[in-house]
Amino acid sequence: MSQRIPVKELTDSFRGRAVGALADDQLRTNFRIAMDSLMQKRADAFPDEEEREGLRELGNHIKARALSRLPDLLEQLETRLTANGVKVHWAETTEEANRIVHSIIEAKQGSQVVKGKSMVSEEMEMNDYLADRNIECLESDMGEYIVQLDGEKPSHIIMPAIHKNRFQVSKLFHDKLGVDETEDVNELIQIGRRTLRQKFLEADVGVSGVNFAIAETGTLLLVENEGNGRMSTTAPPVHIAVTGIEKVVENLRDVVPLLSLLTRSALGQPITTYVNMISGPRKADELDGPEEVHLVLLDNGRSGAFADAQLRQTLNCIRCGACMNHCPVYARVGGHTYGEVYPGPIGKIITPHMVGLHKVPDHPSASSLCGACGEVCPVKIPIPEMLQRLRQENVKSPAEQPKVKDGGAKYSRKERAIWRFWASLNTSPVFYRLFLWGATRFGKLAPKNVGPWTENHSAPVPARRSLHDLAKAHLNQGDQR
Amino acid sequence: MSARSNILNKLRAGLAGTTPRPDDFNEGLVTRPWQYAPEDRIARLRSLMEAVHTEIHQLTTEEWPARVQELLESRGLKNVLYAPGTEHGKQLAEHWQRAEPRPELLVYDRPIEEWKEELFWQVDASVTGTVGGIAATGSLVLWPDRHDPRLMSLLPPLHIALLKASEVEDNLYGMMQKQNWSAGLPTNLLLVSGPSKTADIEQVLAYGAHGPKELVVLILEDA
Repeated sequence: MSQRIPVKELTDSFRGRAVGALADDQLRTNFRIAMDSLMQKRADAFPDEEEREGLRELGNHIKARALSRLPDLLEQLETRLTANGVKVHWAETTEEANRIVHSIIEAKQGSQVVKGKSMVSEEMEMNDYLADRNIECLESDMGEYIVQLDGEKPSHIIMPAIHKNRFQVSKLFHDKLGVDETEDVNELIQIGRRTLRQKFLEADVGVSGVNFAIAETGTLLLVENEGNGRMSTTAPPVHIAVTGIEKVVENLRDVVPLLSLLTRSALGQPITTYVNMISGPRKADELDGPEEVHLVLLDNGRSGAFADAQLRQTLNCIRCGACMNHCPVYARVGGHTYGEVYPGPIGKIITPHMVGLHKVPDHPSASSLCGACGEVCPVKIPIPEMLQRLRQENVKSPAEQPKVKDGGAKYSRKERAIWRFWASLNTSPVFYRLFLWGATRFGKLAPKNVGPWTENHSAPVPARRSLHDLAKAHLNQGDQR
Repeated sequence: MSARSNILNKLRAGLAGTTPRPDDFNEGLVTRPWQYAPEDRIARLRSLMEAVHTEIHQLTTEEWPARVQELLESRGLKNVLYAPGTEHGKQLAEHWQRAEPRPELLVYDRPIEEWKEELFWQVDASVTGTVGGIAATGSLVLWPDRHDPRLMSLLPPLHIALLKASEVEDNLYGMMQKQNWSAGLPTNLLLVSGPSKTADIEQVLAYGAHGPKELVVLILEDA
């Protein structure tokens, strides 16, 4: 254990966690294998470049059109859903959303909740909120169930337990469920099936996310492969869907290209096993399905991103995870290094709006700007451009009125002064020549410690002759010949 | 101020001075790459569904109840859930009366609350109808109603679905248009493209996660 760096600092920052993750061979192997396979699957699912690019363009236009009418579409969605018998709730903060969910459960005197996969409920930390109020909230997606059982958070938005291998899962099931250890993935899944089926049977309330909310028909569309989403939304007497306000699309037909983009980009599948379209609670003569359906629409910083025409594009996201699968940083440090609900490139551009840049000051700069994320994004979010914008917002002074929550988190007067000095140096010929004269003669006096750079590199020492000088000499030689 | 008006006001302020983007939906992009000759449609659907462990039989409208019996008996299953209020349910009941097969015919005729535990643990198989199939993605379209309830296609480990060969469309967009979905959707419309599965552990594919472990599609040719 290092004496120099306190442990807290190591795990409380992106940089500190990255150091730990990079040294974890098992973690890196698990991620490398998974990311390579997901990239290959996506590539195979889009064999025709022209078709792919046409579809991405269309996906972008559909989302941009929906966002250009967002408040109207949200109202239309509410009207249609209400007419269908669904109760719509609005929440500005995760605290409000949790309170709404809790009050619905309380009204039913519920004590057991099963949850289909929902990233918004992760944003809300709904499990903890309900647990504090003596309500069990169990994850039912196999991956989510595994990470919940181990007291962890998902490390990937589509593959929550991707950081674990079968042996780690086997050990976990053995320790927590008292079953025999097995290396057979099928058997592990069957253990999960049996355990969770009893929970689906007992649950008072089912919670789910939403992939697309369709304003035209008042429909909540969910995609999944396991059937736990259908279970959570069909078996318990009450269904509560939670979603971000950006998930609404105008028409039913708009989901056709978006669905294709989503499942092919995420998993390389032409479609998921189940596409579940819910338009209301159980009708009087129907024999199953929940008697109550609720939708909680959550803002949590989204309207802040929406206020700026450039940053608004962040809300195009359909949560496929392709950007993280293709990210060289994510593949190496894994999802937990980001320390927040949404990891990877999309996490870097959406999280600052939710939690503020003070909490995630390294997010915009934890990127090589290689551009892979933007190239694969199915709805063409220019993620590298967003990262650059956030870098600017991150260092704005209070006087420059940053546009992002806690903008200016990395503003430093010293750094600003150094840059101002550097700029004036490079824009004034007299000053520049004077500096050059000094630098080439007194290079040995250059600082030996230049921050993080010198942690892994030797300090730069100015050359004895400047490039200008060398070039001049070279040209003069040529003249003489 | 309510959360609702706060959110809507903020969004409206963000849009001040802008006009909505035009609707430039290009249906060619979602139909043209996904068109098939009528004789290829079923083959496409078959190959995609079989690739994800779906068992498919093509047979005539008269033959299928006997095939259901065979499927159950060959697996040694003790019962099958059916929908008595549907055309296909009646056909199945007639066969059962005539042939008196061993597996018991169970009726879904009361609200789930009255027999939840039994449905969750005791039912081996189910037979449901579909309202069509989609060749492009290898999907079935299920339109559950009071006769063909939602949980029928989800809880039993074996799901047998009936699909009329004449109701297979090229793609999702075409299906939506043909059946005019936007005019009115049921409580729960479903696309089902295989048995339940997961790849959440090491990306190893495992079937029977939470829903049916097996999906059998009986494609009915008009006799």
